[in-house]
Amino acid sequence: MDFISILSIFVLACFVGYYVVWSVTPALHTPLMAVTNAISSVIIVGALIAAAAADVPGAKWLGLLGIVLASVNIFGGFAVTARMLAMYKKKEKK
Amino acid sequence: MRHLLLATPFALLATPAAASTGEPVNPWVALAYLISGVFFILALRGLSSPATSRTANRFGMVGMLIAVVTTLVTHVPGLTIVVYDDGPTQTWFELDWATTSQILIAIAIGAAIGLVTARRIAMTAMPELVAAFHSLVGLAAVLVGWAAYLNPGAFGLLTEAGIAAVSKVEMGLGIAIGAITFSGSVIAFAKLSGKMSGSPILLPARHVINLGVLAAIIVLTALFAMAGPDETPPLIVALTVLAFVIGFLLIIPIGGADMPVVVSMLNSYSGWAAAAMGFTLGNTAMIITGALVGSSGAILSYIMCRAMNRSFISVIAGGFGADDGGGASGEPREQRPYKQGSAADAAFMLEQAEKVIIIPGYGMAVAQAQHALREMTDVLEEKGVEVKFAIHPVAGRMPGHMNVLLAEASVDYDKVFELEDINTEFAQADVAFIIGANDVVNPAAKTDKSSPIYGMPVFDVDKAKQVFFIKRSMGGVGYAGVDNDVFYMDQTMMLLSDAKKMVEEIVKALD
Repeated sequence: MDFISILSIFVLACFVGYYVVWSVTPALHTPLMAVTNAISSVIIVGALIAAAAADVPGAKWLGLLGIVLASVNIFGGFAVTARMLAMYKKKEKK
Repeated sequence: MRHLLLATPFALLATPAAASTGEPVNPWVALAYLISGVFFILALRGLSSPATSRTANRFGMVGMLIAVVTTLVTHVPGLTIVVYDDGPTQTWFELDWATTSQILIAIAIGAAIGLVTARRIAMTAMPELVAAFHSLVGLAAVLVGWAAYLNPGAFGLLTEAGIAAVSKVEMGLGIAIGAITFSGSVIAFAKLSGKMSGSPILLPARHVINLGVLAAIIVLTALFAMAGPDETPPLIVALTVLAFVIGFLLIIPIGGADMPVVVSMLNSYSGWAAAAMGFTLGNTAMIITGALVGSSGAILSYIMCRAMNRSFISVIAGGFGADDGGGASGEPREQRPYKQGSAADAAFMLEQAEKVIIIPGYGMAVAQAQHALREMTDVLEEKGVEVKFAIHPVAGRMPGHMNVLLAEASVDYDKVFELEDINTEFAQADVAFIIGANDVVNPAAKTDKSSPIYGMPVFDVDKAKQVFFIKRSMGGVGYAGVDNDVFYMDQTMMLLSDAKKMVEEIVKALD
């Protein structure tokens, strides 16, 4: 993809992010941070590419380490968000 | 004629590389990453209400699954060997089992650590967990940046003249932002978890040093982009080291009270690091996510700054809460008369009340009083008293922290209100019940221009008919180190005790 297409996606995504995040209820700001943390670990994509390429051993090991770090975040981030969100309940009216 | 073409299987389907950045684009692969990005947008969108939030979290997981599976499928470790011979073309593929299993093991190790941590972590420790997670994203960005530098071919970044200058700028920025996120988050983690003193560490001439280092990073990025292939190694090493150093230097002067802003800011940085890497790889999912996370962290930082009436610049400059001898904390305070009450007194008046507004602060969470508090709420509601919770944006140690702590204690989220939504109701409240909070009810923020918390939005508890203030002793002061006139008001009753013990006694007295 050429630079301008990528930049367009980026700029538009910033606007989407701005409006979406303002609509998040303040009560869920902590889960918001936990989940943004999990999704920013999509950087694992780069680590997977590096690890799969066999020709440069240094890059491969950096990639494997990157996979471990990003996986901690992905699994930990989504799990802890799920744990928090499960607590937000409306009481059953008796 | 005999050509030997080495490539991963799906790359064969791709259109040839024509672009300056990223890999050759296979439309189906690009589409998959785009869908993944859309799922991430939905994941944040659903957080607008607790009712939709659980589905939203699953959207996030689906988005991640799509991104990971797409990458695994398009980058299977191993080689497809195609031989164009004078005879029929032969193709065969050999899977690199060793590498494949290494990748799967790496994911499994990360998953195990992540899941165990997520299960065990106490809700009070959420800020340090988030800081620790940010540091991992930052470090992962540095590693990916370096991997792309060492093996540009695998990332489709190789041109005839080495790596293109644009790619090198993106790579340099990704590494720098990632490194700043990493070392900054490590310091934030150490301060939040008490492994390091929360008080600011002020180096002489720190602003000059910091600006100098930042300028050096920018210059190095430019030099790195322009340098020939043989000249880049020392530049990228220097760039990485300086970025680690500046992340450290930027956070050490920031005091414990400002940590909610710092955590949000680092959240934002981790997003920008992912976005920079997305530019390098030409990956839509990474760019969309980076932009979402970057804006999210920036907005949360802004909300936190507004809630403390501090400018973002002054938080970044650091030094707030430093014991510089000045201010109210230095001089001995005059003794002023106050009324002290017992749990029985409080219980009696709570029973008579029609409307009670509880203002919890972080002290309540430290005392682990939230469960006792919910019990008290239940008993009062059975007696027909209307109970509401009022939450200040900086009540916890990160945005929304107090809401999570109350949710953990099974407080119904319909009863929990934000500052601006409930502040007008104090005039109709019979009791304002302050537990573990201090600065957020201090009227000095409205009246005393010399006060360090002047201008911070606070609860109008003085409008309530009665104020109960649970506090360990009269000695302690809030984060900002200022005295609070609420202690000495006619309608205030000080309940001096451990928060949990006091609430449990009130519950007992109510029965």
